[in-house]
Amino acid sequence: MTLLALDWFLLIEKLILIAIVITASLVIAMYATYAERKVAAVMQDRIGPNRAGPFGLLQPLADGLKLFFKEEIIPDSSNRFLFILGPCLAMLTAMMTCAVVPWGSSVEIAGRTIQLQIADINIGILYVFGVVSLGVYGIMIGGWASNNKFSLMAALRGASQVISYELAMGISLIALLMLTGSLSIKTIVEQQVGHVWNIVYQPVGFLIFFVCAMAECNRAPFDLPEAESELNMGYHQEYSSMKLGFYLFSEYINMFISSAIMASLYFGGYDVPFLGHAHLAPNLLAIIGVVAFLVKIFIFIFVFMWIRWTLPRFRYDQLMNLGWKALIPLALANMLVTAVVILLRG
Amino acid sequence: MGITTILFWFLSALALLSAIMVLASKNPIHSILWLIAVFFAISGHYILLNAQFLAIVNLIVYAGAIMVLFLFVIMLMNLNSHTEPQKNIWMKLAGVISGGILFTILISVIRSSADMVNRTAQLKEGNIGLINTLGKVLFSDYVIPFEISSVLFLSAMVGAVVIGKKN
Repeated sequence: MTLLALDWFLLIEKLILIAIVITASLVIAMYATYAERKVAAVMQDRIGPNRAGPFGLLQPLADGLKLFFKEEIIPDSSNRFLFILGPCLAMLTAMMTCAVVPWGSSVEIAGRTIQLQIADINIGILYVFGVVSLGVYGIMIGGWASNNKFSLMAALRGASQVISYELAMGISLIALLMLTGSLSIKTIVEQQVGHVWNIVYQPVGFLIFFVCAMAECNRAPFDLPEAESELNMGYHQEYSSMKLGFYLFSEYINMFISSAIMASLYFGGYDVPFLGHAHLAPNLLAIIGVVAFLVKIFIFIFVFMWIRWTLPRFRYDQLMNLGWKALIPLALANMLVTAVVILLRG
Repeated sequence: MGITTILFWFLSALALLSAIMVLASKNPIHSILWLIAVFFAISGHYILLNAQFLAIVNLIVYAGAIMVLFLFVIMLMNLNSHTEPQKNIWMKLAGVISGGILFTILISVIRSSADMVNRTAQLKEGNIGLINTLGKVLFSDYVIPFEISSVLFLSAMVGAVVIGKKN
């Protein structure tokens, strides 16, 4: 049977890895909702959720259950198929990016070296970029299929915001790629292990990337598609039950994944400074690396929340001005300076 | 039948079916979504041909940017199956005949082309579509057209910002 001439061990290994990564992303996103409420509570001098379980730790489960048990309403005049497709796409595109993130170096189990990355493709960054640009469809299709003027306006806002910020994001990445000379995220992380992290060479690029990531995730202060005060609620106004939950949840997964991308591109991924001198067992090193990576991600998620509860929302024209008149010229200048420096240093 | 052959036939069938559905759908939004499916199928073909860079750029540019613009326009114009203009029978007949003639010409060109006789796509071979090879070719053999087109893109981007600044 040539059809089944596959490396079955590799297949099983990858399936287990995919299951772990997806479960971990979902659990972390779930507890990100809890963390968001706690952070908001601390910032506003409140206590936050503390009823369900010790310290309110079961609150995300209670929220999920509540959403599942709510009545599912599909508006009469909506496009039924697209209405259901919208949240599915939002969730799908949010989860797809985690395939190229290197979660750690490699572990050895029973003589097999297992890479802690689902797929090390040589166009990793472009893949992330492609999935991000497809992420618009979840919002647009959902907003349009609701057959509601507010939803449509919000969907258009969301789409134009994502397209505008993609440009500056791409240009800021080009400067990074000139330094690394590779599009594979794994290679970029490996280059930083034991060396200086990329943030030292690309501080401006990172700043631009961070602002754009915040806009791509539709997080406050860029949450124009969900501006309650102008649009009632946003593109998911007509949604109820777990379909609404999917939209809200995909935002947290996006935040988690974009934090992971930023940590691996600019902050060394699973690299821990000076750990290479410690002469530890390789497996132990890999596990410490994974933990360090997760810590970096959590710090980024906290910064996302910190900004959300500190800054007020932009006006729509301010958002567009920032994207087109500030970030793009800045990113272009950053790219030019990087290119000149690389050229002069040979 | 290896797994690549199965994937090849699956993707080909998907591409053709989606392309037919683009035309057959009454609702313009559905047409666009089927067109996106076509782009995905074609990107799958690129990956089978070991041209990963082309595959992902095809998705970013066409599915990620151009189709979003299409969706924008159609959503804003609020086109749907009720407002689609009904052409009369003669128009439809003329369309079928001219489309059929074009199809015949394309098939005859492909059949008579010497390069394509008795050839099928070679899967998972060659490295012409890899970003490394492509970059070297673009910056050596085709450097002038490449630079000119990149300046064109940059000026288009700057132009958009300047138009925005006027107000």
